[in-house]
Amino acid sequence: MNYRAGRVTGPDHTGKDMNHSNFKLPPLATLGPLIALVLACAFFAAQSDRFLSTQNFSLILQQVMVVGVIAIGQTLVILTAGIDLSCGMVMALGSIVMTKFAADFGLSTIPAMACGVAVTALFGLINGLLVTRIKLPPFIVTLGTLNIAFAITQLYSHAQTITNIPDGMNWLGNTITFGNTTIVYGAILMVLLYIGVWLWLRETAKGRHVYAVGNSPEATRLTGIPTDKVLLGVYVMAGVFYGIASMLTVARTGAGDPNGGQTENLDAITAVVLGGTSLFGGRGVILGSLLGALIVGVFRNGLTLIGVSSVYQILVTGILVILAVATDQMSRKGVR
Amino acid sequence: MKKISTLALSALALAASLATSAYADQPVIGLITKTDSNPFFVKMKEGAEAEAKKMGAKLISAAGKQDGDTAGQITAMENMVAAGAKTILITSSGDAIIPTVKKIQAQGVQVIALDSPFEGADALFATDNYKAGVLIGQYAKAALGGKKPVIATLDLFPGHPVGAQRHNGFLQGYGLTTLEAKSNELAQPAEVVCMADSFGDAAKGQTGMENCLQKNPAINVVYTINEPAAAGAFKALKAAGKEKQVVIVSVDGGCDGVKNVGAGVIAATSQQYPLKMAAMGVAAGVQYAKDGKRSSGYTDTGVTLIAAKAMKGVDSKSVKTGIDLCWGNK
Amino acid sequence: MSAEHTIVMQATGLVKRYGQVTALDGADFELRAGEILAVIGDNGAGKSSLIKCLSGATIPDAGEIRLDGQVIHFRSPLDARRAGIETVYQDLAVAPAMTIAENLFLGRELRRPGFLGNVLGMIDKKKMLQESIARMNDLKVGIRSMTQAVETLSGGQRQCVAVGRAAAFAQHVVIMDEPTAALGVKEGNMVLELIRRVRDKGLPVVLISHNMPHVFEVADRIHIARLGKRAAVVNPKFISMSDTVAVMTGAKSVADLPEEALA
Repeated sequence: MNYRAGRVTGPDHTGKDMNHSNFKLPPLATLGPLIALVLACAFFAAQSDRFLSTQNFSLILQQVMVVGVIAIGQTLVILTAGIDLSCGMVMALGSIVMTKFAADFGLSTIPAMACGVAVTALFGLINGLLVTRIKLPPFIVTLGTLNIAFAITQLYSHAQTITNIPDGMNWLGNTITFGNTTIVYGAILMVLLYIGVWLWLRETAKGRHVYAVGNSPEATRLTGIPTDKVLLGVYVMAGVFYGIASMLTVARTGAGDPNGGQTENLDAITAVVLGGTSLFGGRGVILGSLLGALIVGVFRNGLTLIGVSSVYQILVTGILVILAVATDQMSRKGVR
Repeated sequence: MKKISTLALSALALAASLATSAYADQPVIGLITKTDSNPFFVKMKEGAEAEAKKMGAKLISAAGKQDGDTAGQITAMENMVAAGAKTILITSSGDAIIPTVKKIQAQGVQVIALDSPFEGADALFATDNYKAGVLIGQYAKAALGGKKPVIATLDLFPGHPVGAQRHNGFLQGYGLTTLEAKSNELAQPAEVVCMADSFGDAAKGQTGMENCLQKNPAINVVYTINEPAAAGAFKALKAAGKEKQVVIVSVDGGCDGVKNVGAGVIAATSQQYPLKMAAMGVAAGVQYAKDGKRSSGYTDTGVTLIAAKAMKGVDSKSVKTGIDLCWGNK
Repeated sequence: MSAEHTIVMQATGLVKRYGQVTALDGADFELRAGEILAVIGDNGAGKSSLIKCLSGATIPDAGEIRLDGQVIHFRSPLDARRAGIETVYQDLAVAPAMTIAENLFLGRELRRPGFLGNVLGMIDKKKMLQESIARMNDLKVGIRSMTQAVETLSGGQRQCVAVGRAAAFAQHVVIMDEPTAALGVKEGNMVLELIRRVRDKGLPVVLISHNMPHVFEVADRIHIARLGKRAAVVNPKFISMSDTVAVMTGAKSVADLPEEALA
């Protein structure tokens, strides 16, 4: 035992406490995707002279904005060690509800969009209740709601795309010009949402509780944090973000597509994983999910610019996902 | 008394046997589409149901969960045969169904391919997708009026025969170097400056078009695999302010797509006839049930070029004709 | 020996049944001010059920518990916490990926003053850090940085964090469940030293342990549980370890112990 003038210190001690808040480098899991993104950009910039321009980056930003916003909700769920397989389908349902309510009942933009978000939030509530009250695993629950949401979307829309939408619904797809670059409002909204949720997760008690629940549900229960309330809140919030994503997809394509959201489902989860958030919960920086979404967008854009088939984009995405998870695992191996 | 009762009894027996034999005679036909959600297949199913009702046949239908779900189609085939179907009409999701097809053919079931060909089918009722491409290629060339073509293609995804046929047919119609109808590869002569995969989806079509425009802003012709992809391409062009200078051509002829031709979104589209495929399929099924004669060979279910503006040297039909013949919600 | 001992916590006649099994069969308990009371007993002796009743994790079927003379009815661990009783669970109840400071204040985060804290719910990280440093220094726990993640700590250091948290927030009693289990010699001693400091600060400690040498090293009195009851309370200074174990297993009866061994 280490007895130094009545003090007890641990094995790796210096005898004094260095308890100042030192600047911490972001975890390797988030630094990784940033490096990957920079490398990818460097590669494509070298291969095509049409890649490195603010206009092209604005283009990529608007191409990933739908998946990006879905990924915000998905990140929250995954931080609690859950997963939401229904995200894309719920988004599609939201887009059909808002466009059909506008077309069939003559609702104007804001009320129609509110209805769409209400429906997606409702699905979030259903997911959350099944997970917290009935104690079903999130994978199973959201697998079920995925199919239910898809079926309702198809039935309600009669498999028809709705194109006569009110003008207001296009607004998020309109652009604002800075110099000679046009930026889509929806992309700006996505970035603002990311910053807002990032701050919430970092700086508020409720945000920290999300991490705590994912990292150790037992610890949160024993310290008096209402675990079920936190989980329920997370699923409902995720549903709201899927609703915002449905607003963005309607604005981007100018239509309500009942077959939308199918690839966004897995794309959103991919973005979260690439961004370094651990599937085991409790670890990750939400800005990483934005990086993850951008990586996929950059590859899709870049490969088209250099004339390579999209299948390679899928191949690269698969390799990056494995690298991302492996990096996360290895960076934690050094920890006792 | 005895005579009457015997007569009555035999009349009853006759009636009963007629009734049961009529019931037993109702041909059972199975229809398996790729998915339940694509309007093309929704309309095909409706056409089959209508024709079956008209001809007094019983139609049972099923679909895969998504494009490519051959396992789901195989299960459906087996279930339908067990339910007494003597003819199966199927839009194949992939060649994995072929062994099961052979198996049920050996059991006396007729298997007819609709829309998507596969080896070993008794017969094929489908659009000539290559020809569909040729027609819109010819139109596009005429519409461009001698200008140098800078072409972007929004394809389906690599390796799909229908995608390849339409793409290569388009290039043939335009008079450019291309591949033949049998090929599954996508030809890329120098005039094609950008190829992107749309997966037949509006959102991805839009992304593909945006990226192609970024690569080469001078694009003036866009071939698209189907009308949703074309709608997406139009949105991208409009955002770039180029929608008036670019000729978009497509394939399908669904009512929404034809309306887009009328609206100036799509310059021309090759209309195909899923209801006709379904009707012919049902008729073939009824025939087989009646006299055991299998259908054979390939029947072209027809393709018509629909355009808002007629071009010299290219035979096209008006938008009004297109609406009359279109499939979907009019 | 003073005849006056202030009794901080007391239980009489606790009964708890789980179906056919009777875990507590009229158990008594007494905790005096300023002491470390070790609770020992074989498996099935009822010590975990006893502790669960005291920490609010279980509601007894019968019996009475008093805290500072007042009868209390805990319906949940939160009630016990609010009454000033902190428990250090065997699995520590820490979130490994979060920092020491965050873990110390888990569930009781300090909010920023004014609008930011009350409306937006923003936490005062700086203040939490300062408080963490202060409290851990107070207990002379030498961990280098309060901003490092708990999972980077050794087992002993983690235990110190859990104990430190309990000591920092407890007002009346600290209960510890097997604090030195799974620790090596060096680390175990480090934790024992910390437990002494907690007592020296004026907080009585209830210590459940299987580790006889540790019990004999820190405990002021030893509560021996057997067959759902309190068999005896002994003074480690006047009884041998083997005799204590004998009472615990029933090999020796309490009547056979000398007068000064009882406490």
